[in-house]
Amino acid sequence: MVNLTLNGLEITVEKGTTLLEAAKFYGIEIPTLCYDEALSPYGACRLCLVEVSKPGGRSKLVSSCTYPAMEGLVVRTHSERVMKARRLLIELYLATCPSSKTIQDLASKYHVTKVRFTQKHEDCILCGLCVRMCEEQMQAKAIGFVNRGAERRISTPFDAKSDECRLCGGCIYICPACRLRCQGPNEESPVCNACLNLSPPCLDQYDDAMCYMDPCVACELKIQK
Amino acid sequence: MEEKYQDEFEEFLKALENGEVTAEYDGKEISEAVCPANGSGKGDNNEENNSIVSLLQEIQKEHHYLPADVLKEVAEKRNIPLMDIYSVATFYKSFSLEPVGKHKIVCCSGTACHVRGGKKITGEISRLLKIKPGETSKDRLFSLETVSCLGACALAPLVVVDGEYCGNMATSRIESFLEERLPLQKE
Repeated sequence: MVNLTLNGLEITVEKGTTLLEAAKFYGIEIPTLCYDEALSPYGACRLCLVEVSKPGGRSKLVSSCTYPAMEGLVVRTHSERVMKARRLLIELYLATCPSSKTIQDLASKYHVTKVRFTQKHEDCILCGLCVRMCEEQMQAKAIGFVNRGAERRISTPFDAKSDECRLCGGCIYICPACRLRCQGPNEESPVCNACLNLSPPCLDQYDDAMCYMDPCVACELKIQK
Repeated sequence: MEEKYQDEFEEFLKALENGEVTAEYDGKEISEAVCPANGSGKGDNNEENNSIVSLLQEIQKEHHYLPADVLKEVAEKRNIPLMDIYSVATFYKSFSLEPVGKHKIVCCSGTACHVRGGKKITGEISRLLKIKPGETSKDRLFSLETVSCLGACALAPLVVVDGEYCGNMATSRIESFLEERLPLQKE
C-alpha cells in the first residue's frame, strides 16, 4: 500500500495504482479524452494532467493516467496551474475538432468561451482510442498510426480495406471526436457553450482542492479574478 | 462449463503441464500467449519495432524501396501485424513505399550550402536529370532529394551521390562530375 496526499486528503491506495484511478476511487473527477478503463493507458490527450510534488520539492505537471501513485507524493488535481493548462488544452482541442460534443461539453464545463487559435475542422484528435480498441479488445490490429509529426493520421495498411477489419464498429463507438456531434458551432463561433452552467453549485474554495465536488464554473470565475 | 467438458479440460491442463501436449496461439506457446508476463511480453515492444526496422532495411536494400506485396508477405510469414509494419515504414523518412531510382542524389539545402549557392546546384542537377527534387526519373535510374543539413557545412555546397560526399560543388563542373559517376545519357 502507498500513502499519498490527494487534494489535501491523506489517502492510501494499492501499489501500482495510477493517480487517475486513485482520484477516481476517491470521487474526484479528472477529465480525459484518451483514457478508457478497458484499454491500456496512453497519455496522449494530456487532459488528465495533475500537479505532483514531493514534500519540499518543485511541483510538475504529469499525466495522471500514466503516473503511478508513489509514497509521500502530494497531488493536486484542480490547482490553478492545472486548470490553466487544462483550459489551454481544451482550447487547442476546440481549435482542432469543434464538431465533437465531448470536447464542446468539456469547454462548457471548464468555461472555455473563446478559441484564440486558427480554426480547423478535423475529425480526429489522435487520441489513439480506436487503435487500442482494435488491438486490445478486438484483437484485430486493422488500424493504426501512419506517418509522423504533422502528417500523423489513423489509417489501415496502404489506405486500403483491411483484411483484418471485421467491421465491428468498435473504433467508432469509442471515438470522442466522431461518436457524438455537437450541433452548436458554426463557422463564425467555434465554441458552442450551449451547455454552459452558470449557476454555482458550490460556495467555498479551499487552498488545495477548490472543493471536494466536481470543479464548476464558480471555481473558475474565482480563479479568473 | 458443463461437467463432462470440465473433466476433459482438466485432463488437458495436466497434460499441458507435463509437456505431453503443446498448445500454440499466435505462434507463441499457450502459457506465453495467455499471460504475456511469462514470455517476452510487453517490455520488448521496442525490440519488436527494432526487428521491423531491420527487416525493412533488408527489403529496401534489395528492392530499393518497400513493395506492398513484399510487405504483406513478410507480415504473414513473420506473424507480425501488417499495420505495425506499415506504421514503421511510414514513420521513417528513409523508407520509401514508392519506387526510387537506382542512384540517389542528395543536395544539401541547409544554411551554409544555401548561402554558397546550393539552390543553383540543385537547379542544375534538376535540369540535367530532368527531375524535380523529390522525384524519380522515368527510367528509375535517378532520384533527386534535398535535405536540410548533412553536417558537413565546411564543404558547402554539398552534393551526395550514392553515399559519396562531394563538397565545394560548382555549377560549372557539375555535368562532368555527374558523368563520371552516373550513366548519364548524352543527347
